[in-house]
Amino acid sequence: MIQPASPDLITVYIDGKEIAVPKGTNVIEAAKRVNVDVPHYCYHPKLTVVGNCRMCLVEMGLPAVDPATKAPVMDPATGKQKVNWMPRPTIGCATNVSPGLHIRTTTQMVKDCREGVMEFLLINHPLDCPICDQAGECKLQEQSAGYGRGYSRFVEKKNVKPKRTLLGPRVMLDDERCILCSRCIRFSKEVAKDDVLGFIDRGSYSTLTCYPGRKLENNYSLNTVDICPVGALTSTDFRFKMRVWFLKQTNSIDTESSAGANTVVWSREGVVYRVTPRQNDAVNDTWMADSGRVLYKEIRAAGRLDSVRVEGSESALEFALGAAAAILGKGGAAVVGSGRSTVEEQFLTRKLAEALKAKASLVSRVGEGDGLLVTADRNPNVRGALVTGLAAELPSATLGTLAEQIDSGAVTSVVSVGEDLAAAGLSEAQMAKISIIYLGTHANATSRAARVVFPTLTVFEKHGTLVNQQFRIQRFAKAVPGVAGAVDDLTVLSRLVSACGGAYLGSDVGTVWTALSAEVPALAAIRYSNIPDTGLLLDGSPWAALPFAEGASLHYKPGSAPQEAAARG
Amino acid sequence: MPAPQQHRLIFRHIDEPGYSNDLACYVRNGGYEVLRKAVQRKPEELIDEVKKSGLRGRGGAGFPCGVKWTLVDRKSGKPIYLVVNADESEPGTFKDRYIIHQDPHQLIEGIMITCFANKVERAFIYIRGEFPEGARILEKAIAEARAANLVGPGILGTAYGCEIFVHRGAGAYICGEETGLIESLEGKRPYPRIKPPYFPAVLGLYQCPTIVNNVETLCHVKHIADMGGEAYSKIGTPNNTGTRILCVSGHVQRPGFYEFEVGKVTMGQLLNEVCGGPLPGRTFKAVIPGGSSAKVLKFGERYKGKRKVGADMVDYDWGVDDIPMDFDSLAMIGSMGGSGGVIVMDDSVSMVEALGNINAFYSHESCGQCTPCREGSLWMKKITSRMVHGDARPEDGALLKSVADQIAGRTICAFGEACAWPTQSFIAKFGDEFKAYPEAKKQPKPDGVPELV
Amino acid sequence: MNLKAETLSRIDEVIPHYPVKRSAALPLLHLVQEDQGYVSSEAIEWIAEKLGLQPINVYELVTFYPMFRQKPIGRRHIKVCRTLSCAIMGGYRTCAEFQKQFETRLGDVSPGGDVTVEFVECLASCGTAPVVMIDDELHERVDAARARELSDKIKAGAPTDTGRR
Repeated sequence: MIQPASPDLITVYIDGKEIAVPKGTNVIEAAKRVNVDVPHYCYHPKLTVVGNCRMCLVEMGLPAVDPATKAPVMDPATGKQKVNWMPRPTIGCATNVSPGLHIRTTTQMVKDCREGVMEFLLINHPLDCPICDQAGECKLQEQSAGYGRGYSRFVEKKNVKPKRTLLGPRVMLDDERCILCSRCIRFSKEVAKDDVLGFIDRGSYSTLTCYPGRKLENNYSLNTVDICPVGALTSTDFRFKMRVWFLKQTNSIDTESSAGANTVVWSREGVVYRVTPRQNDAVNDTWMADSGRVLYKEIRAAGRLDSVRVEGSESALEFALGAAAAILGKGGAAVVGSGRSTVEEQFLTRKLAEALKAKASLVSRVGEGDGLLVTADRNPNVRGALVTGLAAELPSATLGTLAEQIDSGAVTSVVSVGEDLAAAGLSEAQMAKISIIYLGTHANATSRAARVVFPTLTVFEKHGTLVNQQFRIQRFAKAVPGVAGAVDDLTVLSRLVSACGGAYLGSDVGTVWTALSAEVPALAAIRYSNIPDTGLLLDGSPWAALPFAEGASLHYKPGSAPQEAAARG
Repeated sequence: MPAPQQHRLIFRHIDEPGYSNDLACYVRNGGYEVLRKAVQRKPEELIDEVKKSGLRGRGGAGFPCGVKWTLVDRKSGKPIYLVVNADESEPGTFKDRYIIHQDPHQLIEGIMITCFANKVERAFIYIRGEFPEGARILEKAIAEARAANLVGPGILGTAYGCEIFVHRGAGAYICGEETGLIESLEGKRPYPRIKPPYFPAVLGLYQCPTIVNNVETLCHVKHIADMGGEAYSKIGTPNNTGTRILCVSGHVQRPGFYEFEVGKVTMGQLLNEVCGGPLPGRTFKAVIPGGSSAKVLKFGERYKGKRKVGADMVDYDWGVDDIPMDFDSLAMIGSMGGSGGVIVMDDSVSMVEALGNINAFYSHESCGQCTPCREGSLWMKKITSRMVHGDARPEDGALLKSVADQIAGRTICAFGEACAWPTQSFIAKFGDEFKAYPEAKKQPKPDGVPELV
Repeated sequence: MNLKAETLSRIDEVIPHYPVKRSAALPLLHLVQEDQGYVSSEAIEWIAEKLGLQPINVYELVTFYPMFRQKPIGRRHIKVCRTLSCAIMGGYRTCAEFQKQFETRLGDVSPGGDVTVEFVECLASCGTAPVVMIDDELHERVDAARARELSDKIKAGAPTDTGRR
């Protein structure tokens, strides 16, 4: 089918391959679309273009036109418009596409340029790859293999610069490894708005530094480590813990707030070593907060619940389910769901409440937003609760209604899905007055007061979905097996639902989604398996009038019409 | 052929007994009459005069001044700035110093005419930090001119106004590069900007359209406005119009500044007659014709080819002495007129050591922003320093050239060429001396031959 | 910061020359250095505050431009041009002579504090090589003998007239 070219698309030729790309695309990005790698260091798609590394030099040609008439000059041999090749190479990062642009990346000139830049970058770079933490994900190492000359002609003394400087609590700097690309400086200035890094001195002696007496300690400092193309900036947490090539990568979501930054969880043999951001241009670009990177530590934190318990004694799951059903079957049950649960868990929580004819409440978690990727709503999935019908309104600040019902005796038993009722405002006396069924990952006042405790999984140990502030449903996957003794939340909830008289809806996400799609109109067209890695925007308009806690942040403006975005998505 | 007479247009009053740098003296000598007439004309007419004059920039690149002005974005609605490049830093060049110190009002008149022609309301003179006295003189001159209603709001009874401010640099050659200069003026490290998109004419100072002109260039503007572009274009030679100040330094009898019609004096006339020839007992060995970044010329080599004379192509076969000192001829023989700084070296100079000196300069002055220049310039310096002070190897010349070849044409700004051209040309022309240096350096230096590295 | 009243008034006068305050960073650094003799960390932070910048923005400048110094220097500042035209006319000898006269090394304050001798790049007076700047004065054709004369004057605390207008 022949379609007229979109007015916003521009046709260019990369190594002879024709590709139409949006106006404003640069040569590096255009080349990526035809699988041509234009190596680079300083260029980063989310930062300003400075063109300082010179690694992305390519040959550029423009269609020939007669200077006087502006008519195309044709090549009689090919019958096509002639191309005027520029005598000098040009940088791909700062060259935006123009109609008929030709780029060559495989010529001798380009090879020479890359070889030259590689040699220059390496002459003052220490040869310490064996002890460098960046090894395996170092652009310098990769590209010296791909584009370097393979031997050194440099017999002079290398420059000496500071080693092992702590820039802040989480970031270590080795200036001798720094190739002065300025990505970290630009990130700090442009994204984190914390202008503390800069270059001092000049020429080859230029040195990256933090202003003396200041620290790189903002909550986004570790992004500088992510974008450092070499081993100059390393994470004090991850440093020397594990070679990256041993690590398995699993897509996940940062659960510290409703921003829902996309992440990758790096693990080996059931142990998580680090969490880094995953690019999602509609959510977090390529960034995430430092605070979200340490959440994996909860997996092995003290107080992890690792056994099913009934009345304080270790118990079989079967028995505990029976015990819970017996308690709840007496009537007067209430359900406390969670904005931290997954969409699937929230759906099953709703089902549980329905089976028990109980009211479900949620616990709100509101703090201050940082305008970037930690939003005011520290529950990652309040919108999931709305979409699944677990809640019709936003969680209130306290469990006031529930407390009154306990006081009045209307409620005698409570199922809490991961929420600490004491922290949520119930008094010791109120908690003592009721029978508590607790599902959770870590010990707290509620688990200690509960008659039945089901140890469940952290976000790193299970599959699921979350709906972020944009009403974007995003999938995460299990990175490591659950700790011994813990039970998948879905298993507990599904079986509890059936034990309480509801239908059994399955204990894996795929099966739960069959019911979800069937029952929740907003999710009717979606299956767990077909949610893209970058998520799917849902229609949030039914809830547009709710007073959500979030202020403006990266890719989010309060009150912006989500249905319009959904149409595009 | 004897050397022509100097044509003192810009340097008319330099070193003239009794001539002082105050406004009264300038006015006594007809000063500001040109501005007085210019502001009665249409700005576009003045731009046309400059275009007709064929004036080429005197800072180094020789870019036609009228074209530069034409490229200015006048539709953006943003203010247009003039930045006067008084960062005279190209080694071998010392012309602007004399204009600033001895005839500052000539520059200010040129600035005001340029500002009026281009509707500029604020101009900055970026003067190199090493001219503290020059900065004070300019500030005083601006204050005098302002008091006389020649600078400032509503000059000379018109509605047009323009302020001029002096801005001192602080010792960085790279600030002579126009976008580096703009960054410096914005209070940043003077990292040259990538072009595209940051062409000063469109996105210059504060992202506004900006004209950056050299001190000498702006003085020429005054004389063009005075005599008319047509008349000015008859001075000099075609495409190389007007006069040019040639600054001669190094091994000649009479170093100094000389102003000639462009292309009317040859290198031989300049060095042998005007400057009195080599020092006693010496012969010329090499000359750098346009500031230290220009490619070196070797006495004894021949330059052959065809050149355009009028409508015809004629053969030429020149020695160094025969080269006319104009932009096109010097470019044709593989070097450049650059900033007009002529550095002469006689047979006492070791070319390895001279290159070592130049390499030390460029590695010190590389801003360090982009890889090839940053790393390449220091590598070349380390090689030449080692050759002089440590172990020299016969293959070092080839290595030097290869490093230089990896810089030129691949950097953000023209500094890449500036630091590569000396090495490329020294090795191309004096390669044998580099090969022989490991042996030659074993011989003791003759008395009185100075150290260069 | 204990700046002289005159420095403060010049600072306030220069900032409005620019539509963007940051542009005044270099002028302020010059003024503060002239006032205090060098640019201290306190000065960097003071200037940053004055111009609404972060201290790193000013620190980046102080370390880039060779004319700014972060430590005090001798009473007189002798800057000998090192670049080609001066070097081939004997600039290195001139510099060595100053160092010898004051028994000092490049960049150090001489014992007794008379001078700091430095090599600098091209001073743009190549036709009168070798040239030397002593504080703000340009001295031309300074060979070793002239360097000795100038040194004697400095040691005697006498003015070092350039002999030129």
